[in-house]
Amino acid sequence: MIWNEKIECASRDEMTAIQSERLTQTVRRIYHNIPSYRAKMQEKGLVPSDIRSVEDLSKLPFTNKVDLRDNYPFDMFTVPMSEIVRVHASSGTTGKSTVVGYTRNDLQMWSEVVTRALCMAGVHKNDIVQVAYGYGLFTGGLGLHYGTENLGATVIPISGGNTKKQIQLMLDFGTSVIACTPSYALYLSEIMKEMGVDPESLKLRVGIFGAEPWSENMRREIETKLKLQAHDIYGLSEIVGPGVSCECSHQKGLHINEDHFVPEIIDPDTLEPLPVGELGELVFSTITKEGIPVIRYRTHDLTRLNYEKCTCGRTLVRMDKCTGRTDDMLIIRGVNVFPSQIENVLLEMSETEPHYLLIVERDGSLDVLKLLVEVQEQFLSDEIRELEKLRKKITANIHSSLGVSVDVKLVEPRTIERTAGKAKRVIDNRKF
Amino acid sequence: MIVKQVSVFLENKSGRLNEVTQILGDAGINISAFTVADTSDFGVLRLIASDPDKACETLREKQFSVRTTDVILVKTANRPGALSQLLKVLHAEGAFIEYLYAFSMNDDTAVIVIRPTNLEKCSQILERHKGEFRGNSSK
Repeated sequence: MIWNEKIECASRDEMTAIQSERLTQTVRRIYHNIPSYRAKMQEKGLVPSDIRSVEDLSKLPFTNKVDLRDNYPFDMFTVPMSEIVRVHASSGTTGKSTVVGYTRNDLQMWSEVVTRALCMAGVHKNDIVQVAYGYGLFTGGLGLHYGTENLGATVIPISGGNTKKQIQLMLDFGTSVIACTPSYALYLSEIMKEMGVDPESLKLRVGIFGAEPWSENMRREIETKLKLQAHDIYGLSEIVGPGVSCECSHQKGLHINEDHFVPEIIDPDTLEPLPVGELGELVFSTITKEGIPVIRYRTHDLTRLNYEKCTCGRTLVRMDKCTGRTDDMLIIRGVNVFPSQIENVLLEMSETEPHYLLIVERDGSLDVLKLLVEVQEQFLSDEIRELEKLRKKITANIHSSLGVSVDVKLVEPRTIERTAGKAKRVIDNRKF
Repeated sequence: MIVKQVSVFLENKSGRLNEVTQILGDAGINISAFTVADTSDFGVLRLIASDPDKACETLREKQFSVRTTDVILVKTANRPGALSQLLKVLHAEGAFIEYLYAFSMNDDTAVIVIRPTNLEKCSQILERHKGEFRGNSSK
């Protein structure tokens, strides 16, 4: 089913007209409400009236994650706090996370786009949807939750973790749709095997998987193991959360809800727009958001766009599955991790120096983060107990500020390679 | 007797122990006691060397992470029950031990290396009770 046929199957001209009208309004609102973005426009000699259509988008300055951090927590909001009804935040060291605010209309729009995404994946109102994304500051849980309710399907708000209970509820409630990270989907299949639960005996038929990159191989593996059709859903909190785009049953790219989020592909080095179909960095402009609209937000995700009409009937532009990044951000079990955050934790601890190496591996279906830290001589203890205490302290500090578990390994001083240029801090051994 | 013990932080990698012993051997430093405490990832090598300061300096030059710790050397009789007698005394007097290791020098003397939580307290206790666990031949 197509949830909003008028929009999702609109002609290119109709879509361009909608986008142009909404973009010009958004630019005006940002210019008059966000001093930092106004300054960027003025630097380029731009005033809002210079932006007459979506064709003018590339004249506008970019928005970066650092802009949101510099305006922490609420300075990028274009409405008074009395209009904001909810906030979400991305993971990050205290004071460094990016906070986004939603007005009542924003939440309605978000539900609408998630509902469209669910329909793209073939979910209908008779489905029972188990939302195993985390509920809380992370947008995954609540985003899928309200989209499911808006569709009229039944939502099981179980949140993440508690794997055996997840499987028990699948059995007892007859869950037909599971929403979680793709690696967690594989983990579920492993635990099912351990519990002696045959996936064939479950009613699962659709999976909505996102929040981390995954390959076609992984899709096949999940589909075989869980006996369902696996769909990629894309989103990021800075734009809205999950529901920015999603795959339809043809699994030939993710349809972008472009009447709300206008995509561009740029060359990450020159920052110039690339011709349609070329691989580059995905940039989004939100054109309906009230709480925190962003213009030309750099996602650092690598993908390409396809404007051809899909076999499903939708004309919404499609993006390829994202498989790479243009920066050093890692996605560990759905949590965004920047190596610099780990560095901050180590710097804040007097016992360690920021000489470290992160090794990411995939153990079965789960990402494992190993952190090698050099022990400094002045803190070297000849007691194993003390060294173990130090190791546990590093683990706990990283967990509390980043929200991910790391396996900390103490190594001898000066054994981590020093380089004159950009230090090699990360080894990613995962295969996507 | 209080002596300086040399501790070296080592990752569990093959050949590392031999590197340490070779460096010390080349520097003409004799090792009279040697023990390794380990976990699955790393270990701490503790040793009593003929010249602890020189041992530290030499190992540091070779990029090892080294420190010294004061430990107590106690001689006991090399006979059944001697260590137990020593520990009984320390326990009765409330001295807490972080770790200890032992070696025997010759037929009738054993040496116990003790790293107590409170060095001074432990030495005083041992001084007071030295007659109780020493063999006839030790001084």
